[in-house]
Amino acid sequence: MERHFDEELKVLHKDILQMAALTQEAIHKSIEALKNREKAMAQGVIDADGKIDALELVIDELCIDLIARHQPMAGDLRFITTGMKINAELERIADLAVDICQRVLEIVDKPLLKPLVDIPELSVIAQRMVRDAIDAFINKDVELAKKVVLSDPQADNLRNKVQAELLNDYLARDPKAADRAVPLLLIARHLERICDHTTNIAEDIIYMVEAKVVRHHPEEL
Amino acid sequence: MAKILTKNLNLWYGTFHALKDVNSSFRPNIITAIIGPSGCGKSTLLRVFNRMNDLIEGVRTNGEVIIDKENILEPKADLVPLRKKVGMVFQRPNPFPLSIYENIVFGEKVHAESTNRDKLDEIVETSLKSVLLWDELKDKLRRPALGLSLEQKQRLCIARLIAVKPDVLLMDEPCSTLDPQATARIEELMRELKNDYTIIIVTHNMQQAARVSDDTGFMLLGELIEFAKTDQIFTAPQDKRTEDYITGRYG
Repeated sequence: MERHFDEELKVLHKDILQMAALTQEAIHKSIEALKNREKAMAQGVIDADGKIDALELVIDELCIDLIARHQPMAGDLRFITTGMKINAELERIADLAVDICQRVLEIVDKPLLKPLVDIPELSVIAQRMVRDAIDAFINKDVELAKKVVLSDPQADNLRNKVQAELLNDYLARDPKAADRAVPLLLIARHLERICDHTTNIAEDIIYMVEAKVVRHHPEEL
Repeated sequence: MAKILTKNLNLWYGTFHALKDVNSSFRPNIITAIIGPSGCGKSTLLRVFNRMNDLIEGVRTNGEVIIDKENILEPKADLVPLRKKVGMVFQRPNPFPLSIYENIVFGEKVHAESTNRDKLDEIVETSLKSVLLWDELKDKLRRPALGLSLEQKQRLCIARLIAVKPDVLLMDEPCSTLDPQATARIEELMRELKNDYTIIIVTHNMQQAARVSDDTGFMLLGELIEFAKTDQIFTAPQDKRTEDYITGRYG
């Protein structure tokens, strides 16, 4: 039976996809700004964050409104509560893109400490994980969501590698390099945090589709 | 350990097969809700538990309904103690056209061989206290029960059951004639009563089932489709038919 409620759930679905698209764009631009040392692009991401924050509030309000008016159950309830959580995770990811851009602005006028190799690789992993998580949400694809969760250690390893290299090969040898090394350390940290939030999204999608809690229970994957 | 067990329970009204191979286990001292669309058999199942269906002509049952290790469907089952042990509250409160006092002691007078005034007074006080009516009505015990508000009448009917010390309270849409505030108060009462009684409620109000019950059974066309903890039924039902019903897609 067609329900009017389904139309309202479609609006929520569409808004979450818009939030995801804006977040993906913020990450993409923050990484381009870093790679190409583009000040204006970094500033653009920072300036556009207000739009994402505003949309987060709209989605939150819509979810609360749907719960209050429809008192959803079962799959509907899981979709709305997961939608709220995904919304919050996406907003945090967008904030991390802003953080990356702030670090870019800190180093953009200074000579590059070293050629960027691992950080762009980490950014590729982060972008792929975000894209796969959103695809998993659209297609209710549990296998793809699991793949996202299982990719997270790869990001952790790469971030540790970047950290060890910057600390041992640069900061330990030349403490004056701190103003160029620390922003890179933080960027690696921001990218790794993006992967963590994306992992949360993927875990939420598994709950939404299968009502299975894998968060803090990796053995359930 | 289950308070009530049904094993391959079938019931027919004439040729109409109203309950089909119902297997269920009702835990003691909790509230179990039975939900399902009109005509699914939920009230029929409830009425099996104190053999109220026997009053309907052409009813035939087979299978087992075990309450405290005794199959109550056995022909030799004694219905008087059964209906004392398993009491029922109906959709519309149905106090007798007697005083509040006489309503409550009615069962005791029927069941007890001798009664004395002090004992009856004590039963009235205890029963009214357990449904939180004592303070309101202690000075009006001789007034006609039919003059009470709907909610008070429903509480009085519950007090009348409690007076004969049942184990199980069956409630068939007990709040459907009450406003939201009165409904909330009856639900609160149910939560208090479950410490002492096993409560089974039939309700069309899914939010009510979700709010008050510990276990929930979903019935459809005479079959018990799914029976599980309430939080599971309302967040992650296992059967698509349950999901369709509770999310309003059924029909």
